[in-house]
Amino acid sequence: MYDGGKILIGLIIFAGLVTFPLWNNIGKATVKPDPKIDTPEIQKMAVKKCVEPKAVMKTVHMKMLNDWRDAVVREANRVYIADDGKQYAMSLQNTCMKCHSNKSKFCDECHNYAAVSPYCWDCHIKPKEKET
Amino acid sequence: MINRRQFLKIAGISSIAGLGGISVSNVLKRNWLEASQVEPDPKAIVGKRWGMVVDMRRFNTEEDYRVVMDACHRVHNVPDIGNPKQEIKWIWKETYEHAFPSQEFENPYIEERLKEKPFIVLCNHCDNPPCVRVCPTKATFKRKSDGIVMMDMHRCIGCRFCMAGCPFGARSFNWRDPRPFIKKENVEFPTRTKGVVEKCTFCYERLATGLIPACVDASREAAKKAGKEPGLIFGDLKDPNSEIREVLSSNFTIRRKPELGTMPSVFYIIGG
Repeated sequence: MYDGGKILIGLIIFAGLVTFPLWNNIGKATVKPDPKIDTPEIQKMAVKKCVEPKAVMKTVHMKMLNDWRDAVVREANRVYIADDGKQYAMSLQNTCMKCHSNKSKFCDECHNYAAVSPYCWDCHIKPKEKET
Repeated sequence: MINRRQFLKIAGISSIAGLGGISVSNVLKRNWLEASQVEPDPKAIVGKRWGMVVDMRRFNTEEDYRVVMDACHRVHNVPDIGNPKQEIKWIWKETYEHAFPSQEFENPYIEERLKEKPFIVLCNHCDNPPCVRVCPTKATFKRKSDGIVMMDMHRCIGCRFCMAGCPFGARSFNWRDPRPFIKKENVEFPTRTKGVVEKCTFCYERLATGLIPACVDASREAAKKAGKEPGLIFGDLKDPNSEIREVLSSNFTIRRKPELGTMPSVFYIIGG
């Protein structure tokens, strides 16, 4: 092999650079997202319950929001009948965020961790949060 | 060794078991969204074809115009950008020659007073809306239930075909982030973002919760205070007993640019 030494050194440097993110983060514990649902509005509730059970909300909230926006904007259906028969106005600003008034601790906590940036707040007005 | 016959048997049985397994697990694993139910708000005001009459006899002072325009722009977070090239407007004042250009041909000798008077104009919610026809994403669409020409801001890609298509200039493009230009945000309603087109939506969000459009409401309130008749009348054009039909059948009204065949749903009583 011609210039074997140079090639090997080059390969080692290359492998090192490519794997930099891996070995750079070894041993460093990333902070797990810890969304908070302890807003004053939720504290006041007698039965602390979201529109659907927590597990469902966790997995399908994004699809649900998509369905809600189409139902409201395009079909003029504004009322959501939950699984337990309760009715809710389908509105991000006026229903979801009325309880979850802590956007930075509720939405952003996981979204930042998962590196997703939904563009809801370009138009929808986020709730005013008190500095804690 | 298995022979061909045995192999086919095993393959057939296992594929049936596999397919069956998928469908069984789909039945057991509930699809929450498919099962969910939605319905309209029972408080909603429903109509077959919404329309409006603008009674220009009731618009005389600066205040008369300001009341209706402010009411709309306040409720819908319409920014006041100041620069006419980037202006956002849902309901605004227009000169006679711009509002009714064809009238110049029909009657060049019309009352001088009319030619100087500003007219209140808004989206006409046409029966045959050219903006809907040109929209490539169906972000603007005509609601089948009540004829409102709607905007779905989630879908608008800002191509501005609709602005070219609309012969009434009823649409405004957000050249910049409108938020800094909104004096006081209505937190119940969203704002818009840079790069989308917006216009009057006949207050679909208010109709859905049982309220009449903001401009009509403001016009009524102001008229009641002054002991006069309101300048804006809103109602169902398909309902022969509605107030709007009563007004239309007892007054001479014109529409903007009728020669284009877009069939506006906004009618004007221009004088009298």
